[in-house]
Amino acid sequence: MSILLDKLFAYLTKFMAIATLFIVALIFTVLFQHSLEAIHTYGFDFLTTDVWAPNLGKFGALPAIYGSIVSTFLAMLFAIPLAIGVAIFLSEIAPVKLKAPAGASIELLAAIPSVIYGMWGLFYFVPIIRDTFGGIGISMLTAGIVLSIMILPFMAAVARDAMNTTPDILKESAYALGGTKWDVIKDVIIPYAKSGIIGSVILALGRAIGETMAVTFVMGNVHKISLDLTAPATSIPVALASEFTEADGSLYYSSLFELSLILLVISFTIISIAKFYFLRRKRAQ
Amino acid sequence: MTHTQKRIIINAVLMTLSTLSAIIGMGFLFWILGVLIANGVEALSWHIFTNEGAPPGYADGGLKHALIGQLYIVGVATLVGVPFGIFAGTYLSEYGQKSKLAEIIRDISDIMMSAPSIVIGAFVYAVVVVPMGHFSGWAGSIALSIIMLPIILRTTDDMLQLVPSTLREAAFALGAPKYKVVTQVVYRGAKAGILTGILLGIARVAGETAPLLFTSFNDNFLNTNMNEPMASLTVTMFNYATSPYEDWQKLGWAAAFILSMFILGLNILGRLILLKKRGK
Repeated sequence: MSILLDKLFAYLTKFMAIATLFIVALIFTVLFQHSLEAIHTYGFDFLTTDVWAPNLGKFGALPAIYGSIVSTFLAMLFAIPLAIGVAIFLSEIAPVKLKAPAGASIELLAAIPSVIYGMWGLFYFVPIIRDTFGGIGISMLTAGIVLSIMILPFMAAVARDAMNTTPDILKESAYALGGTKWDVIKDVIIPYAKSGIIGSVILALGRAIGETMAVTFVMGNVHKISLDLTAPATSIPVALASEFTEADGSLYYSSLFELSLILLVISFTIISIAKFYFLRRKRAQ
Repeated sequence: MTHTQKRIIINAVLMTLSTLSAIIGMGFLFWILGVLIANGVEALSWHIFTNEGAPPGYADGGLKHALIGQLYIVGVATLVGVPFGIFAGTYLSEYGQKSKLAEIIRDISDIMMSAPSIVIGAFVYAVVVVPMGHFSGWAGSIALSIIMLPIILRTTDDMLQLVPSTLREAAFALGAPKYKVVTQVVYRGAKAGILTGILLGIARVAGETAPLLFTSFNDNFLNTNMNEPMASLTVTMFNYATSPYEDWQKLGWAAAFILSMFILGLNILGRLILLKKRGK
């Protein structure tokens, strides 16, 4: 009886573990199958066509891909210096009494759902952009800034963790040689934590490119490539969130599924690079 | 100016810049938190918990339908995702250990934790909503449980590995079969950690909006039939906030406030459980 239960338990856990892999494989397969019609119709032109006109039955992904890249780039541009600043502050500058509560509050802010960042962006940030830069305020620039604020706590928390792994003895030796705080940060901590810091940035990039709700509110879902950052734009997740429930016709659906597949492949790649190249898990041995 | 003076000045400038960026960053975040609390508290009232959705213009609209729908969707997702994740995590820590299969599952789960949730929504749309022919609460729950799975799996794996192997050996020495060692010794040793993992997993999926947009969809009235489209706090918040009606926007802020407090509460609770465990 006991032997039977023992086997049963071992098989049950193994089954569940393998099922996890199976689900991931299924996600890729199903998205690919549903994209087939669009892939057959457009081939590689799907990626380079800048017309997305459901009323004409024409679908090209370029505006959404362009929007994803530009909004994420803007977000990284604003978020990286701020996040590194916050991380340095939390790990080196803040008084000891402030470190724990400030660090915990950054981590808690990373837990706030992105839909709330989007809502704040719509009601409080869109008017500021509108008054400062003109236009309607719903724009690529707004999306980039809201996105940067959304990923800031996450990026700062991971970068701080990386900096905190610097052994105290290294820092103390540098101080003993007469280094200023900046010398220690620049010559000891940053070189030591470099791969962790880069990993945090890339991981945040992977999250930003797939982020939906923080940008759907403020981007406008306009499939048009415009060099004007204050013009409404779209990105892959924004197009999916705005059009999925309204799509009619199988080619329209298939094109949206191909967008999802592209997004999944892009973020899978970016996150893998961050995880396996820069943030290699320390094996517990 | 001597070399030392120069270094001291550079130090002062850069320390100020870093502190300043910390202040700017924290400033934005507290601005959002402030806006959330101010608008949320202002919009809160009793009828939010007792009334269902109302057409715009009726002042007594509430969120009862969304609160209950949210409980159903997240509840079912938890019932599916938690046991699934705990068993799979148990395999990794107790059976697979350092094997190739276990390492691959760990790596893939790590990636899935940061994968775009809207893609999971598209997947569930294809495999659940299309065959069923309509949106449903079940579809929403399935999407959320897929998002929850890697989180529970990895925390269970990590937490079980923290249990000292001497405990396992002692139990084996008493003649206990492996499943008894795992369920009665290892699980007990890792109880606090697993519980924290579950709380954080629930907190994570409770704030998800994107995967629900085209799975559970939405409903402006109370519905407890998981076979039908179902309201959730997050999708309701999205629809109300993007509507042009002021009373709907107000309800959106109330929903945002309730949801954030719930999620922050779970996060704080999870941390306290771990802290208490470490303090012992």
